[in-house]
Amino acid sequence: MNKTEEILSTANKLRWEVGENIHDSILESIYKEASNIAGQVVTRTGEKPKFDLDRFIDRLVTGKWTGFPIMLILLAVVFWITIVGANIPSGWISFLLVDSIHPWLKQLLVSLQIPWWINGIVVDGAYLAVAWVVSVMLPPMAIFFPMFTLLEDFGYLPRVAFNMDNLYRRVGAHGKQALTMSMGFGCNAAGVIATRIIDSPREKIIAIITNNFSLCNGRWPTQILIATIFIGGAVPPYLAGVVSAAAVVAIAVLGVVFSLVVSWGLSKTVLKGEPSAFSLELPPYRPPRLLQTLYTSLIDRTIFVLWRAVVFAVPAGVVIWLVANIRIGNLSFAEHFIHWVDPAALFIGLNGVIFLAYIIAIPANEIVIPTILMLTALTTRIAASAGAGVMFELDSAADTAAMLEAGGWTVLTGINLMLFSLLHNPCSTTIYTIYKETKSIKWTMISTFLPIAMGLIICFLITQIWRVIA
Amino acid sequence: MTIDNQNCATCPAHNLANLVKLGIDMSNFDYVVALAGNPNTGKSTVFNSLTGLKQHTGNWPGKTVGRTEGGFQYAEKRFKIVDLPGTYSLLSTSDDEEVARDFILFGQPDVTVIVVDATRLERNLNLVLQVLEITDRAVLCVNLIDEAARHKIYVDDRALSKSLGIPVVPTAARQGIGIQELLRNIHDVATGKYICKPHRLSSEIKNVSNAVDELNKKISKAFPHLPNTRWIALRLLEGDQKVIDSVRSGEIGNLKPVENFDE
Repeated sequence: MNKTEEILSTANKLRWEVGENIHDSILESIYKEASNIAGQVVTRTGEKPKFDLDRFIDRLVTGKWTGFPIMLILLAVVFWITIVGANIPSGWISFLLVDSIHPWLKQLLVSLQIPWWINGIVVDGAYLAVAWVVSVMLPPMAIFFPMFTLLEDFGYLPRVAFNMDNLYRRVGAHGKQALTMSMGFGCNAAGVIATRIIDSPREKIIAIITNNFSLCNGRWPTQILIATIFIGGAVPPYLAGVVSAAAVVAIAVLGVVFSLVVSWGLSKTVLKGEPSAFSLELPPYRPPRLLQTLYTSLIDRTIFVLWRAVVFAVPAGVVIWLVANIRIGNLSFAEHFIHWVDPAALFIGLNGVIFLAYIIAIPANEIVIPTILMLTALTTRIAASAGAGVMFELDSAADTAAMLEAGGWTVLTGINLMLFSLLHNPCSTTIYTIYKETKSIKWTMISTFLPIAMGLIICFLITQIWRVIA
Repeated sequence: MTIDNQNCATCPAHNLANLVKLGIDMSNFDYVVALAGNPNTGKSTVFNSLTGLKQHTGNWPGKTVGRTEGGFQYAEKRFKIVDLPGTYSLLSTSDDEEVARDFILFGQPDVTVIVVDATRLERNLNLVLQVLEITDRAVLCVNLIDEAARHKIYVDDRALSKSLGIPVVPTAARQGIGIQELLRNIHDVATGKYICKPHRLSSEIKNVSNAVDELNKKISKAFPHLPNTRWIALRLLEGDQKVIDSVRSGEIGNLKPVENFDE
């Protein structure tokens, strides 16, 4: 230890000798040398072109008046294509997996003399949940992710961050939070990891807590589906696509607003401090490579997210079948629970089915919608021939809507479900990542429960206002 | 492969055939290569074309915040390559910069490949000069020369190599241009065929240089196994609190070469 103290004291002594500004003089000499060398080796031939396309695009997409409208329109177009395009393949897949293979599998197990309850758990539970996850989620993802990846490859996301940067600084957060927020639109866990680019611990924690307000891969399909069914269903058919796309954009924008409001609240209370400055480089636009983009967005994102959903869907399917078929008295366990929480749930404009679905689907956001559909089907007993907990031919969003309306769903339920899907706890992977990044149980808990509390309060308020108006 | 002959060994076609992309198979590697550079210079693209991995490359600063590793084999040597987070400097204290800095310093890579954007050479050189303060063995990859050509910008790689004292390879990684040249240079620096004489600024500012030398002697005596004690000396002079702390606790002496290095 003596040696090290000696080193440190020598360093202190020498620091006085070389002068305090050694850091600056080194930096200065680095910059000088860099410009020196660059001056010698770089040649530019010809004048700068009069019309620089990159600069022109930048002036538009980061412009004071044009930046935000372009951002919203781009988002809306992406969702509109997704919503309009996903319906048809969804029908095909569900025809194949749910209408054709499912009865065949069931028959097969019956002919093999498998006991009815094993048949139920495996075919009506696990298999159907997987079939539903695939048919509900695969088409929107396969359309949405490549488009999103193209925008990312092209270089648009840093422009989004550039537009948002000023807003984040004004609420006392780090401008780079705009980047991690954009990253969260892909996956919150990735967004949380990306907060490593933020130097100050205070601003990093703000960025982590608020990352959940960026709709993630798992929740885009939920939003798109609910918007298609309820918001799209409430307007004339020729407007349905546009209006439901607008609804999804509204929710996404609302998420950004929440992240700003919460950042502001945190930086004014428990995480006080001045925002630190940074420079954000706008990368040049690069023509996206179509094949590579298709490959990465299909393999890395679509298949990855789908696989995760399937993995979680299997046990969830089993649980769904069990709660629907284990009876206490006359009613199934699920019905008991739903009736029990219904008063409280209806009070805030949701319903017992949604609560139960969120409990079953805690491991992954992706399977919330399939779970809700299966639970609704079993409690409303739309099912004609088979037993409880079995989903039936819902070839299109219209059929899904018919079923949900029979289950007592309204436009209000749809709106609240979209809000609640935006404002609830992060998925288990994200929670774990938050813990790993912050190493703090306190901040992990806050990141987990703050959104739920906000979700319940907001749904409650919306419901009260709705009931006053309607 | 073994039949012929020395003559072909210098032929680019032969060398390219020598490249075996090992993906994530990194067993029994002979050399460790670190990949550093500013954000958005195509570092991940270079990484992918060397390893054959399909790590997602985004046009997006901050895409890689941790370390990604892969492997390749070239001229019968196996290389492990580590993609470091893109950073503008190594002097600040954010987590991503620390990952990059610590790896170059303590991970003791056999070669550090610095990827720069040919269209923004001046700004990128700041990081290059900082990396050269830390390590002796580096290869500069001047990427995106296609984009530079589109903007009518040309970089004289030979002159650049002369002023920096390290090999300089112009590449357009997206099109695979220059990759074999890059491989050859990585190989040459790793095997010691090319001896770098990196440009060191700190040794040019006179009173700083003297102070660094004095401190350096003491440090290398206290921690004989530590790589690049000069840089530690420089950081101590600058009063870098993290480095001061790790010297005080003696923790800095425990840092070992690559195999034991983990985030």
